[in-house]
Amino acid sequence: MLNGFLGIDVGSVSTNLVVIDDQGQVVEKLYLRTRGQPIKTIKDGLEYMQQRLEGKVDIMAAGSTGSARNLTGVIVGADVIKNEITAHAVAVSKEIPDAQTIIEIGGQDSKIIILRNGVVTDFAMNTVCAAGTGSFLDQQASRLGIPIEEFGELALRAENPVRIAGRCSVFAESDMIHKQQLGHNLEDIVAGLCEALVRNYLNNVGKGKEILEPIVFQGGVAANKGIRAAFEKALGKRVIIPEHFEVMGALGVAYLARNSYEKTGQSKFKGWDTAKLSFRAKSFECSGCPNLCEVINIYQEEKLLARWGGRCGKWEYLVS
Amino acid sequence: MKISFPHMGTSHIAFKHLIENLGHEAVVPPTPSKHTLSLGVQYAPEFACIPFKILLGSYLEVLERGAEMIISSGGVGPCRAGLYGMVHEKILRDLGYDVELLIFEPPLRGIVDFLKKIGRVIRPNGIGWGEFIKIFKTSWLKLVALDETEILSHQIRPYEVNRGETTRVFEECLSLIDKAWTREEILEAKHEAERKLRAIEQKQDYNPLRIGIIGEIYVVLEPFINLDIEKTLGEMGVETHRSIYLTDWTRDNTVFDGEKDIKKAARPYLNQLIGGHGINSIGETVLYAKNGFDGVIQLAPFTCIPEIVAKSILPQVSKKFDIPVMTIFLDEQTGKAGIQTRLEAFVDLLQQKREKRGVDVERVSGN
Repeated sequence: MLNGFLGIDVGSVSTNLVVIDDQGQVVEKLYLRTRGQPIKTIKDGLEYMQQRLEGKVDIMAAGSTGSARNLTGVIVGADVIKNEITAHAVAVSKEIPDAQTIIEIGGQDSKIIILRNGVVTDFAMNTVCAAGTGSFLDQQASRLGIPIEEFGELALRAENPVRIAGRCSVFAESDMIHKQQLGHNLEDIVAGLCEALVRNYLNNVGKGKEILEPIVFQGGVAANKGIRAAFEKALGKRVIIPEHFEVMGALGVAYLARNSYEKTGQSKFKGWDTAKLSFRAKSFECSGCPNLCEVINIYQEEKLLARWGGRCGKWEYLVS
Repeated sequence: MKISFPHMGTSHIAFKHLIENLGHEAVVPPTPSKHTLSLGVQYAPEFACIPFKILLGSYLEVLERGAEMIISSGGVGPCRAGLYGMVHEKILRDLGYDVELLIFEPPLRGIVDFLKKIGRVIRPNGIGWGEFIKIFKTSWLKLVALDETEILSHQIRPYEVNRGETTRVFEECLSLIDKAWTREEILEAKHEAERKLRAIEQKQDYNPLRIGIIGEIYVVLEPFINLDIEKTLGEMGVETHRSIYLTDWTRDNTVFDGEKDIKKAARPYLNQLIGGHGINSIGETVLYAKNGFDGVIQLAPFTCIPEIVAKSILPQVSKKFDIPVMTIFLDEQTGKAGIQTRLEAFVDLLQQKREKRGVDVERVSGN
């Protein structure tokens, strides 16, 4: 039996699972769409991993990250629950140790992480706007009737990318329709969208950051060759896409889970059969003060596992 | 008269003391909540900053409770907060409230106006100037007791063994200070509060990260707006030091017009008044760096020009003094989850930086 370490990254758009071995090699990885059902998706992911790995790999420890990291953590019994910025940086520092800049673009967020000598020295995340993220491309691709998978190839065939206003995804759409009506061809418009996204990213998330090589580009959007080309054009520098670009967050927490196991020799991981248990979330509105917090209870079968959502902390403290 | 005032951290306890001792009825503003914010957002101009909206919401809440006069502070310099009192008054009047807004400007900018306004509060109850000064001093003492207790709580929280205990004890301390009425009672309550906080079970041999909190005064002082940043960081095991406490702010701007050190530290990067706390944010970052803090978090209301200017200068300071700075803009749309992620990542960054420095130091001494 191989010793394995599980990392799970549950984000707004995708849920990723990675299992690494003692040496940090990826044994198995999985990319799923979350579709607004994090609990179900986590269980589906565990079930898939169980089918592939049971009897071959023994999971020694687990870690979770992403916006649903706490939920994931209580469901699977994670030893490490880490924010996605740190998780991404950890993965890169193992895969590409001399990296100095990480561009990460996911479904609804985008971030830049600055590393110097393998340590994070600065980072930024998109705040008020999602026009520089994968959902923006998804929207425009479906508006144009192109499968998102073909988007990048199409962009690479462009000869004269058109300039599209990329500040707001709704106005970008208006502008794009306008360009179509003027008679620009599809390739040029698609490439223009890629450049708009990159411009928005660099002016918004990347503002004021020193972008030095090696530059690593990851997250679901890194699959899009058009965006990579647009980044290289805008920066005048080479952009590296790591082998496991789409699951780097999960890979990062898998590494952290391995570290935790090496330190403590134990794990809270509940095993593959977690996928067979029933989990449900139930919320209620606390009327203790005018904040009317929505407090959420997470149940495993009939047992209350965790509770959060309150502002003052009085509900959380009851459990711990 | 029924008098009210803005809610700002714990200061309402001292303001209540002052108003009641001057023979008025104090209408204590409720702790800002989603309800306060919704009221404010409904009646404020959309692009006003979040302090404006929370204040307006608070005023509407206290007016519902019968307040006849609201006392607030003005401001100087190129920050629109200096005009907020007038705009608030106009909005409230348009809504049909017959309320008197008494806006105190810093006395050095117009002493006659300042004294006249105090007269407006003390004269109806026949309180003389001598008595006013005595009452004011006792209230001031209370404000100092509140600030000192809070400062101590932020120092102890990162060491607490039982998560949440410091916050619970701190609430008890506030109620102790609230009940203290005379000078002696206030001093006694302050000692008792200190004793209670120090009695909290604490981790030994623990060296927490230290983060300085800078930025615009209202978002720094009011936990509802900054999503309890100091409590959140404290419970993550981080010691926070806040650049602004009402007692030092009032001291600096009212009588001495000081803050000399902060402005001096800022001068190489910014040598002119940009309003609000812009210069302070720069100077304080320099001072935190020089005092060995691990990092600085700048809190700013969304669209706040002084803090935007400061933000664009801070990277230079951050680079020169090798101190990481993170800026958080706050408004009614700010989500707690996003802030939590950034705080966790920032703390990881500082922790790694410290560990790396530790390794470097060891390596040098090992040679």
